Amino acid sequence: MTIEVNGKSLETDEEGYLADLNEWEPDVATVMAGIDDCELSDNHWEVINFLRDYYEEYQIAPAVRVLTKAIGKKLGKDKGSSKYLYELYPYGPAKQACKYAGLPKPTGCV
Amino acid sequence: MAKAPDFEVQDIGDYLVTPPVMPDSMAHSQPFVAKKEHQEALGFPGELIDNWQEVAVAKLGELTKKYRGLQVYLDSCVKCGACTDKCHYFLGTGDPKNMPVARQDLLRKVYRRYYTLPGKYFPKLVGAEDLTEEVLDDWYKYYHQCSQCRRCSVYCPYGIDTAEVSMAAREIMDTVGKGQKYCNEIIGKVHTLGNNLGLPEKALAHTLEGLEEDVLEDDGVAVKFPLDVKGADVLLVTPSADFFAEPHIDGLIGYAKVFHQAGLSWTVSSHASEAANFGLFIGSYENMQKVALRIREAALELGVKRIVFGECGHAWRVGYSFLNTLAGPFDFLDSNYPVPQHIIEVTHDLLKQGRIKLDPEANDDKRVTFHDSCNVARASRMGSKAGGQFVLPREVIKAACNNFFDMRSDTIEEATFCCGGGGGLLTDDLIELRTKGALPRMQALKEVSDQHQITHMAAICAICKSQFSKVLPYYGFEMDQIISVHQLVGDALVMNTEH
Repeated sequence: MTIEVNGKSLETDEEGYLADLNEWEPDVATVMAGIDDCELSDNHWEVINFLRDYYEEYQIAPAVRVLTKAIGKKLGKDKGSSKYLYELYPYGPAKQACKYAGLPKPTGCV
Repeated sequence: MAKAPDFEVQDIGDYLVTPPVMPDSMAHSQPFVAKKEHQEALGFPGELIDNWQEVAVAKLGELTKKYRGLQVYLDSCVKCGACTDKCHYFLGTGDPKNMPVARQDLLRKVYRRYYTLPGKYFPKLVGAEDLTEEVLDDWYKYYHQCSQCRRCSVYCPYGIDTAEVSMAAREIMDTVGKGQKYCNEIIGKVHTLGNNLGLPEKALAHTLEGLEEDVLEDDGVAVKFPLDVKGADVLLVTPSADFFAEPHIDGLIGYAKVFHQAGLSWTVSSHASEAANFGLFIGSYENMQKVALRIREAALELGVKRIVFGECGHAWRVGYSFLNTLAGPFDFLDSNYPVPQHIIEVTHDLLKQGRIKLDPEANDDKRVTFHDSCNVARASRMGSKAGGQFVLPREVIKAACNNFFDMRSDTIEEATFCCGGGGGLLTDDLIELRTKGALPRMQALKEVSDQHQITHMAAICAICKSQFSKVLPYYGFEMDQIISVHQLVGDALVMNTEH
């Protein structure tokens, strides 16, 4: 599978995750969100940016709790919950947001 | 909340109505095939080999000789039909190939054709068939619609274990280069990084430090989450989902509080940062052993005296039933404790000895039921008495919570229904199967909820917890109604008292 971003054709796996993390650019997230009929707000971007920063340092997506805590600090305590993250990313924050951020899909019993 | 699915979710309806038979209703369901690199990392061919038919038949012969149980299972079915309405995937889909007998027959007909005298000479008379591409496709689809939960085997008068048959079929498919992506990619991560998630040591350390801060903030107690501490008494081996996902992580906090309050020194290992052992799901003894050996290596390296398993269903099957064979002898551990020990046993013992105290009023906002996880219920035990795997978790829950109610008797304990996501099927490409297969459990939960206003269902398996978080909303429940047993324990634990 491939997606078209700014005239470039980028390879993805069967589930739409970017094959090469280095090919990510912000418009990748916008295009992927468009496929899911989702429009990215500033709060969506807070999550995506945090995921990318965390991945750069730790080579893995953050635990759900680490993510909710970080978002709570940035956007206010009422938004630091799984419930809010599911409102933003109804397919599940760990999976849908990782995809838009160009990260590999978390595997295992999650 | 969760997005609307692109398949029809059956109305929860009345309890356990056997569905009308709908041939091929799940013939479209199959998981992604493993990529070359996932296959080769486990010692399997990267893609379907040219002479797959010959190799598959030879492998089937090898397995029936190696595992005599498998041959007995393939030989002894009398088609009595007792199993037909016992599988949650049949009850949820109506596809007749999800009747356990039909699932077994997919392999049995090939066994008969190549390994029995009547099957060689009069195949049509005895239901024997050649191994064709069509048969291989059916294997791939329907052996990935079995969660190896073994409920059918409880009702089979011959005790035929469909899980063994499905494990053998998956091993044969791996051997010819047609493996499942979800399981095989994950096993590869355990071989390189030590856990299913692919969580590196640095990230694990950071996550555990964060938990110490959280517990200190929430409870005012400096509970530690030690990593790679040499000389600790207890090595905790727990599913990596406990570090990552919800509601799992609240269970991990519960274990840590128990260790803290009982004054036990413990540690997690970055080398064996996974209890799960997906080698079991794919029927690969070699991969199962390689994963299990990491636990031995970590125990020796850290010099611990005890090994304790966290809340993970099939890990406890592998731990309780096979660990000594796979990775023993464990004569370097303290022989006063079982090797390995389940966290439920640890907490139960500490409660009995009065070394920890629970205040059940802390959970008075909850009305709780318990989902017996299939591998704990039907493939292991806890404590010293038969049936301890049913009694101990319930005693722990009742000590932590005043309002406990069981679901109806033919859906719990030995007769428990799989959550719908076990056996290596907890993957998004099988979400339709997972949702439909959860139906019998959802019906029983609905019934007990209506009778007793249940607010939460507790479980002791990472797969069950993730599966229910995902499928509960499809049936009108909330995703956070599934919780860890040790979340109840952690919330009820009386901290900082004399002990």
